[in-house]
Amino acid sequence: MAESDNIVVETAEKIFADLADPQTINNDKKNSWQAPLWQALSEAGLPLSWVPDDLGGSGASLADGFALLNAAGRFAVAVPLAETMLAGWLLAQAKIASPEGEMTVLPASPKDHITLDADGALFGRARGVPFAKAAKHFAVLARGKDGMSIALVDANKSRIEAGLNVGYDHSDTVTLDKVQPVTLKPAPQSFEQTTLMLMGGVARSLQIAGALESMLDISVRYSNERVAFEKKISKFQAVQHNLARLAGESAAALAAATSAADAIANAKAFDDEVYLEAASAKIRCAEAAEKGGAIAHQVHGAIGFTMEHILHRYSLRALAWRDDFGSESHWAVELGRLVANRGADELWPLVASR
Amino acid sequence: MTAALRFDPIRLPEKCEQLRKEVRAFLAEEIAAGTFDPHKPNREDTDAPEFSRRVGAKGWLGMTWPKKYGGQERSFLERYVVTEEMRVANAPTRRFFVADRQSGPVLLKYAPEHIKMEILPRICRGEICFAIGMSEPNSGSDLFAAKTRATKTDGGYLINGTKIWTSSAHIADYMIAIFRTSPPTKENRRHGLTQFLVKMKQPGIKVNPIGQITGQYEFNEVVFTDHFIPDDHVLGEVDGAWKQATSELAYERSGPERFLETYYVLTELVRAIGPNPDTRSAEGIGRLVAQLHTMRRMSVSVAGMLQAGKEPVVEASIVKDIGTVWEQQLPHRVRDLAAFVEETATNRETLERQLDFAIKTAPKLTIQGGTTEVLRGIIARGLGLR
Repeated sequence: MAESDNIVVETAEKIFADLADPQTINNDKKNSWQAPLWQALSEAGLPLSWVPDDLGGSGASLADGFALLNAAGRFAVAVPLAETMLAGWLLAQAKIASPEGEMTVLPASPKDHITLDADGALFGRARGVPFAKAAKHFAVLARGKDGMSIALVDANKSRIEAGLNVGYDHSDTVTLDKVQPVTLKPAPQSFEQTTLMLMGGVARSLQIAGALESMLDISVRYSNERVAFEKKISKFQAVQHNLARLAGESAAALAAATSAADAIANAKAFDDEVYLEAASAKIRCAEAAEKGGAIAHQVHGAIGFTMEHILHRYSLRALAWRDDFGSESHWAVELGRLVANRGADELWPLVASR
Repeated sequence: MTAALRFDPIRLPEKCEQLRKEVRAFLAEEIAAGTFDPHKPNREDTDAPEFSRRVGAKGWLGMTWPKKYGGQERSFLERYVVTEEMRVANAPTRRFFVADRQSGPVLLKYAPEHIKMEILPRICRGEICFAIGMSEPNSGSDLFAAKTRATKTDGGYLINGTKIWTSSAHIADYMIAIFRTSPPTKENRRHGLTQFLVKMKQPGIKVNPIGQITGQYEFNEVVFTDHFIPDDHVLGEVDGAWKQATSELAYERSGPERFLETYYVLTELVRAIGPNPDTRSAEGIGRLVAQLHTMRRMSVSVAGMLQAGKEPVVEASIVKDIGTVWEQQLPHRVRDLAAFVEETATNRETLERQLDFAIKTAPKLTIQGGTTEVLRGIIARGLGLR
């Protein structure tokens, strides 16, 4: 997605450039950049982009929100922007108004399930919940005997075991033990946990694609500066071909993620075509995070392996994002089952459907 | 950003879907009539002149060209649909594919009017086959090292030398080739080559088929001995072929043929595995389908950019680079998974036969039409590394 395609992205990029400069925040051991960044994003209404005006949000389109996530990936933004956006989106599905402040969604893995009992209380454990520790509220998708419900939960009512993902961002275990939600409403017809996982997966895909764009950018720049054997390393064919492969991985991730975002933004339902798009995006972007990140590090050599250098902000986060809302292995199995179940002669019609 | 790569999420317009139905219905009829077997990509004779004429009669050749030359003035996206459906069905497109994709557009751009009027409608009718004469025994990827001479004579040129690896030359009616009209200059080693339209099956041209490791004879050595080409068969600027050779490559590089060449083994694997795959098979299929889908979305995106009048040279090279690497790996990944197919699968033999052929085809996919190394060089230049 090109920069500055729309006003939402333009606003966000300006804020990121001012308050989330990678080198500055990488040097800041006290994380004192986080509060001003979050405040600026909130004042611009960005965390609640996907929440309609009448539910307390800024009512941006799905497409604009996706573009914003791609931009956030390019800056490897380490505040719960994506998480609050997803939470607001989930709550809005059930017409629940979003409160102010940081939020996140649970469950964040297809393996975990939250249940709703007959008294309207929530039970269950969700692992790998991004930024749970920083969140004031959770948007929860729960299964009860009458189907799926969506709940707004006060984070203080839950038990949180803090953890970190490989990108050094919070990825926590949240336990709900007979928690009474602030608000509880039925989910729309046909809204399943898979729907949330696909949406979260596409959000992560866009972030990974953005991080890869930046990894390509800083790797190309570095190769044009670094001199070895008396010439810039960008002049070595081996380095050129590595960077060409990184460009390929970055391009594939971007194409897969933006295509899936476009599919969701224009879809009437989460049908097989959207499933193909969203699952493929997560699978392809996760693979690109591995292959592309490895090349970015290879080009940088030892300096890229230091905490002082900004590369790890992108490379490790891209790797960490693979795990959220279903890993590529999970989606590959599910997509493979879908394809097998439709039958061999229905594969091409599915692929060529759009 | 140093590298602003774009892959806009282009969707095929509604009219493409109607066209797709027509193409599928046409191919189903051809299969039913025994023209070709979609499960047999390894047939020995891939030339199908009558099929070619019927495709032409449908208006599916030269689709994007002006009507006065026999074209339909339809969009690149419509052409894209026809191309991908033909490829997936393993239709015998050899006779018309090069003319439709590459040679026609070159003639449109550089041939004199009377040649266009004479030849383009015949391409559109599916009557004639084209070959491309680029490589020589001592110049492959290094296009501008070509030595085959075009010496000026009365009313035209005399050609002497040898082209090689020329696909379809044995059945071709015409070839578009580059010949040396002047030596390279000190300042520009690419100077001195000229693009020509060559009428095949004429005195002074000898075509020697070359056996390939697949067992097929698709490419050839073409020896020119004092072969005469008239002046009006010069395409574009004398000595200036290097200015003309690059822009067409975006069309050549990014089409569905650049990732679908071995697609058939994936379909056959899904058939063999059946509706309830075990976890390993499901994961394997899922990863392959995710790649396939991504490749296609990238390729459609480039087609959309071409339709919009852009020249996405770097993006097209990326599509061919990762598309051909993928289609090269595909038979091997399918082979990995085929190890778990039940002995009782009814299409087991078909799958094995297809795999044998696809595995033998695989090595050429990253060589033909611009090697991986050349493509990565172009991408590197686009990134600002050269």
